[in-house]
Amino acid sequence: MRRKLIPHPHLSLLLLVVWVMLQNRVTPGSVAMGLVLGLVIPVMTAPYWPDRPSLRGWGRMIAYALLVMGDIVRANVIVAGIVLFKRNADLRPAWVAVPLDLTSAEAITTLAGTVTMTPGTVSADLSADGRTLLVHCLHAPDPQSVIDEIKDRYERRLMEIFE
Amino acid sequence: MELIWEIAVSAFLVLAGIFALVGAWGLVKLPSPMTRLHAPTKATTLGVGGVLIASMIWSIGSHGVLSFHELLITLFLFLTAPITANFIAKANLHRAAPPEDLPTLPEGQLWAHQSPGTDTSEAAFEDKETHRGG
Repeated sequence: MRRKLIPHPHLSLLLLVVWVMLQNRVTPGSVAMGLVLGLVIPVMTAPYWPDRPSLRGWGRMIAYALLVMGDIVRANVIVAGIVLFKRNADLRPAWVAVPLDLTSAEAITTLAGTVTMTPGTVSADLSADGRTLLVHCLHAPDPQSVIDEIKDRYERRLMEIFE
Repeated sequence: MELIWEIAVSAFLVLAGIFALVGAWGLVKLPSPMTRLHAPTKATTLGVGGVLIASMIWSIGSHGVLSFHELLITLFLFLTAPITANFIAKANLHRAAPPEDLPTLPEGQLWAHQSPGTDTSEAAFEDKETHRGG
């Protein structure tokens, strides 16, 4: 019954929060409208998204978001430092292939987005079978350490959330 | 508006301006299309973020109300920036990047942009379907 009424609780909450933020004021009216949207839209769109991944652990998701935000600030400073203070001749750009343990499309999308936003790496492509991620590094004297960091810092945490 | 609020707002605006400028300078300075992609995807995130924080501080300082729809702009930026970067990287892979530079895959697998007429998401989806059927 609860699954029928609220097929996707995370989406419902996200819609409510986004609607209230768009209004920019917490009023009974905006919360009520947000609740209506949060209840109606997931029910109407549920048939188009049959293989929703089931997410586990609010704490883990919030911890992951904070970790990524901290890393984005760090990434900005590092990349700005490289742009300003490193001569092009000293730059060691490299392609690296990151073998993936994640299988769901949503989890891989999250990982690819994270990799793009964080220090010195941009995700460029997947292998045709979807099991390897192609990543470009701005400055990677040691490509293996980049792979280890992505797998240990981000993929391990996403595994706990998605699978 | 009190002086302290004005100083805080100015500090964030200047910081944001510096990061945006560095991002633009990176676009000019870095040597190849793929390395150039790094500057605007990263350095400008903090540039926009700084302006948004300044905007929130200003609305508290001058009107005394907390304005939070700036956070929504941050959210949309975090969702769209990686996708834009991915599209540009893919276009570059198709047009310019020599395949011998890319890391090789095991078992004769190809990268998605090299294999003709396959769509990764669809392939992954069908793969999943067959697994469930079997």
